[in-house]
Amino acid sequence: MNLEQILFGVMFIVALGSSLAMLFARNAVHTALFLVAAQIALAVAFLLQGAFFIAAIQIIVYAGAIMVLFLFVIMLLGVDRREALIEPLPGQRSLAIGLGALLAAQIAYVAWRGVGAISEARRGAEALTALNRDPGNVESIARALFSRYLLPFEATSVLLVVAIVGVMVLARRLSAVGQDGAAE
Amino acid sequence: MSVAPGFYLMLAALMFTVGVVGALVRRNAIVIFMFIELMLNAVNLFFVTFSRMHGHIDGQVLVFFVLVVAAAEVVVGLAIITLIFRHRTTANVDDAHLLRR
Repeated sequence: MNLEQILFGVMFIVALGSSLAMLFARNAVHTALFLVAAQIALAVAFLLQGAFFIAAIQIIVYAGAIMVLFLFVIMLLGVDRREALIEPLPGQRSLAIGLGALLAAQIAYVAWRGVGAISEARRGAEALTALNRDPGNVESIARALFSRYLLPFEATSVLLVVAIVGVMVLARRLSAVGQDGAAE
Repeated sequence: MSVAPGFYLMLAALMFTVGVVGALVRRNAIVIFMFIELMLNAVNLFFVTFSRMHGHIDGQVLVFFVLVVAAAEVVVGLAIITLIFRHRTTANVDDAHLLRR
């Protein structure tokens, strides 16, 4: 057993265990903290596979910014009450778990078959290692991002502006409704 | 001997399924949103693993785009959830059945 296998084992247990713990945590704050643990474990998985830039932005953007936003909203709304156990649709939960197991089996089977079909997986790993060594991980991502993916990259800037304007409109309408409610 | 890519794909498949089941089972809108984030993370792991299998950097570029879209989606979604909460004083998705009538 070498270091990568040991790290993979620890990462596997932490990632899968904290995702399952998310499912059974009753408190919304606990769910968010288990999600942070799963995301940090996934950052370790990215590091193990040579995706250094992605691992860094996974921790900074996901585990940092997005989860802080989640915790902030949970704190703002104070939704840490226990969830209702009444099911409006009878048998939805058991059906969801059964179909979920079926979905896991399907995805795992297809992924496993795909790995078998690609015989040059080892050569691909070597090519990626060479790519990480010669231009560097960040630089090769930047080269792809600003040449072949330039149009999608510009589209994401439009998307971010639309999201910012949309959130501002939502927040503004919220305060207007509050003022109307106070006036009535 | 490094870890085979199939094991990473197995982990991603299992995490994606946990996300699907959680989004179907839980009732709190914010918690459902977190499970959607878990699904996006699992797909990111798929992308990175495929990037290593094929020796191509494009998978990692796609992860970058998924991250941007997830950030925008979280911002808008949480604003909508906050609005619904202000309006109905609950984040339970079963209580938001205005269109049913």
